Amino acid sequence: MVVTELQQRMQESFKDNVDEEYLMDCMRCGFCLPACPTYLVTNKDEIHSPRGRIALMKGMRDGDVVWDGSVEESFDMCLGCRACEPACPAGVQYGVLLEETRVAIEQVKTKSVVEKAVRKSTFDGVFADQKKMAGAVKLVQFYQKSGLQTVTRKIGFLNLFPPFMKEMEAVLPAIESKKKRATPSEPKTTTVAFFTGCLMDTLFQETNRKTIELLESLGVDVMIPKEQQCCGALHGHSGELEKGLRNARTNVDAFDSDSFDFIVNNAGGCGAFLSEYEKHLQSDTAYAEKTTRFSRKMIDISSLLVKLGLNERLKEIQVESKAIVTYQDSCHLRNVNKVFLEPRTLLQDAPGFEYKELIDAGSCCGSAGIYNILQPEMAKKILDLKMKGVKELQPAKVVTSNPGCLMQMQVGIQREGLEKEMQAVHIVDFLYDAIYKNQN
Amino acid sequence: MKNSFLSIVGVENVKYSQAHMLAYSYDATANFQAMPDLVLSPRSTQEIVEIVKICAKEQIPIVPRGSGTNLAAGTVPTQGGIVLLFNNMSEILELDKENLTVTVQPGVITQDLSNYVESNGLFYPPDPSSMKISTIGGNVSENSGGLRGLKYGVTKDYVKALTVVTPAGEVMKLGGKLAKDVAGYDLLSLLVGSEGTLGVITEITLKLIPLPIAKKTGIAYFNSLEDAAETVSAIIANRIIPVTLEFMDKGTIGAVEDFMKIGLPREAEAMLLMEQDGNDKQVDEDIQKMIAIAKENGATSAILAASEEESDILKTGRRAALSALSRKRPTTILEDATVPRSEIAKMVKAIQEIALKHDLQISTFGHAGDGNLHPTCLTDVRDQEEMARVEKALEEIFQVAIELGGTITGEHGVGEMKAPYLEWKLGTVGMNLMRTIKQSIDPQNIMNPGKIFAKETKKRLVIHGGN
Repeated sequence: MVVTELQQRMQESFKDNVDEEYLMDCMRCGFCLPACPTYLVTNKDEIHSPRGRIALMKGMRDGDVVWDGSVEESFDMCLGCRACEPACPAGVQYGVLLEETRVAIEQVKTKSVVEKAVRKSTFDGVFADQKKMAGAVKLVQFYQKSGLQTVTRKIGFLNLFPPFMKEMEAVLPAIESKKKRATPSEPKTTTVAFFTGCLMDTLFQETNRKTIELLESLGVDVMIPKEQQCCGALHGHSGELEKGLRNARTNVDAFDSDSFDFIVNNAGGCGAFLSEYEKHLQSDTAYAEKTTRFSRKMIDISSLLVKLGLNERLKEIQVESKAIVTYQDSCHLRNVNKVFLEPRTLLQDAPGFEYKELIDAGSCCGSAGIYNILQPEMAKKILDLKMKGVKELQPAKVVTSNPGCLMQMQVGIQREGLEKEMQAVHIVDFLYDAIYKNQN
Repeated sequence: MKNSFLSIVGVENVKYSQAHMLAYSYDATANFQAMPDLVLSPRSTQEIVEIVKICAKEQIPIVPRGSGTNLAAGTVPTQGGIVLLFNNMSEILELDKENLTVTVQPGVITQDLSNYVESNGLFYPPDPSSMKISTIGGNVSENSGGLRGLKYGVTKDYVKALTVVTPAGEVMKLGGKLAKDVAGYDLLSLLVGSEGTLGVITEITLKLIPLPIAKKTGIAYFNSLEDAAETVSAIIANRIIPVTLEFMDKGTIGAVEDFMKIGLPREAEAMLLMEQDGNDKQVDEDIQKMIAIAKENGATSAILAASEEESDILKTGRRAALSALSRKRPTTILEDATVPRSEIAKMVKAIQEIALKHDLQISTFGHAGDGNLHPTCLTDVRDQEEMARVEKALEEIFQVAIELGGTITGEHGVGEMKAPYLEWKLGTVGMNLMRTIKQSIDPQNIMNPGKIFAKETKKRLVIHGGN
């Protein structure tokens, strides 16, 4: 076999970036296999399992395999949902290994024109700068309001894009202009800083507004540090870890204050990366201490709402239960931050609904950051599997905890032609409506 | 050549990329890895017949592989050739409620089978720790055991009929649904546990029993390994045959606690997990008696699991013991030494002495009730000097096991890992007979070559640990 220069450099890059000790932690027992969505939807293909991918990482590092399309495909196919981590008795840090692998690849690989464009516009463009994100959203807003949306849908302009982009476009939420918040009345007992998130603060502005209102109604003083930026998760998970950490440092600085008790976020994917700042910046002496403080204060919205006793308040609202509500876990909220009971607690107490558990609620929906754009076929298979459970349950609401999952589930609902019967909603929007629609 | 296989199984069922060759180059055994030449996923017995015929003609090795969870390198393609997968043959074909049997294809996941029959009020007892991942075909080929082996036996006790493709590419049906059958040699038993060396199993009929109405679990902690071992002997001596009697030493308890965080006491030297099933009254009586016996034998604490959930958590923890232990060092080498249960205390003590003597970290857990122990050596494959000591220690452990009337493997199989030790157990006469059988069935040695039969037998030791 002729080993090309690229292959040689790739192997060197794996040696430089992928930690051998972490690789050695895998004892190949296979406990991860049934937890891995890509393994399951590929009819149990070992290269699409965590065990297989770790073997390939080690193979690359040791020079037992050389970089080729088949090796690349295996890493590209991984959702990064990290369902394998809680399933692994050996404690393999798969998330770290995947990040390291993607960094190793990123440093050597020449990318296709399309991927370059997507990466450039996402990682260096909108996701690097909140203002740019706001700008992009204004454009979408204009597009929606001006009637262009209707027109473009009619003339099939979107047929020029990959099919999944088209479906995504169809489920973009109607963006509202920023409204002035209602003045809260209760005395404040807790102070929190709100990590608004780039998508959440633009496309899902409404959800952020409701998050703040819910918190304020529970006696919380909500502060929004202005300098905050995108959490950097999308960069980190795509081999652009350094760019992600650039955002991380900005955020740590922006939230470095003694004046609040918690830093709250309402997007599962962001929450996981935010809580992992601690791990990533531990060797940065200028940031280690600040970051530890930052990560320890981090809490997701469901956990905070339970802590503040929202579920007790929900119980007081007496409404007859009619419709079914179910919950699709955000992988990162569940597998990284280990939050899965709290959202369920809230939904079980929500007035007007009966909570029913979705089959395999903890398995990924296929959204996974920009996975559904880069790997549309696999994302579709995973979503189809997910929708099988949804169709069986026939809920009125599929509640999610992350913008990506929310749009993905909405795509699933639309694809099945179920948009008249059910709706995917963010947990905050769901709770807000459950309280305010039923109270007044 | 590739094209002939392609036309048999279809393009989507042939894998030959570099990534695939690597991904099917291992199983769960440490320190064994070898690349196959091709990975095939046939869809039927007939397709397997056609594949085997080509392999027989061209002398291509065939390695049948379930989920690759086995621990004796039984599915590592060390001679290259074809890895044969069963992911397209994973149907439950028939549940026969009159004869209490279930017929399945080999690719069915053990846990799925277990859940399916239990939802029909029936019970398939063998429950290897890897049951969530392992396939029935793999279990039959390895004659797998599990946590319920003491009362219910192992896989071979439940196999009623097999469809096998012979190494010549002929279809052979063995056994049947009938309860009694003494026609000729027991070829069915020969095939169960043959580790893929005598043919490819393509259909399996298993015996089922009624699902026990009740089960209860007790947990006991001890300050010494001897107390735990004494408890095991005393329980059996009191004529109780529990469904499960599992043992974990201090190192294992700590590792499981690291993974599960269920509040196991890290300071305990040993723990026993005791379970009984059957009718309500009997279960209650037996479990109370076992708890009392544990206390009499020095248990620092012996209690009933508070709920079925708690007992499930404890059993899950026990099933994860091996992988959980692997947190401590980069390489984990597990052994499967088995002794008559009266010798458990001696065996555990000998393992500890051997570990000390060679300055190695060896933790032990296992099925105390049936004498099947899993001494697990935590090491680093990159440290050649230490690996040499590991090998010495494992040899001594096998030696002691055999001297105590035991064997080199209780439930994992011989594979390639333990092949050099098989003669210690069988003797020359036994080995020669086995070789003759293998040769007459598979004269070209295409079926999982290199497994069970080693090129050379390890020299037995003169000096050894233990007694």
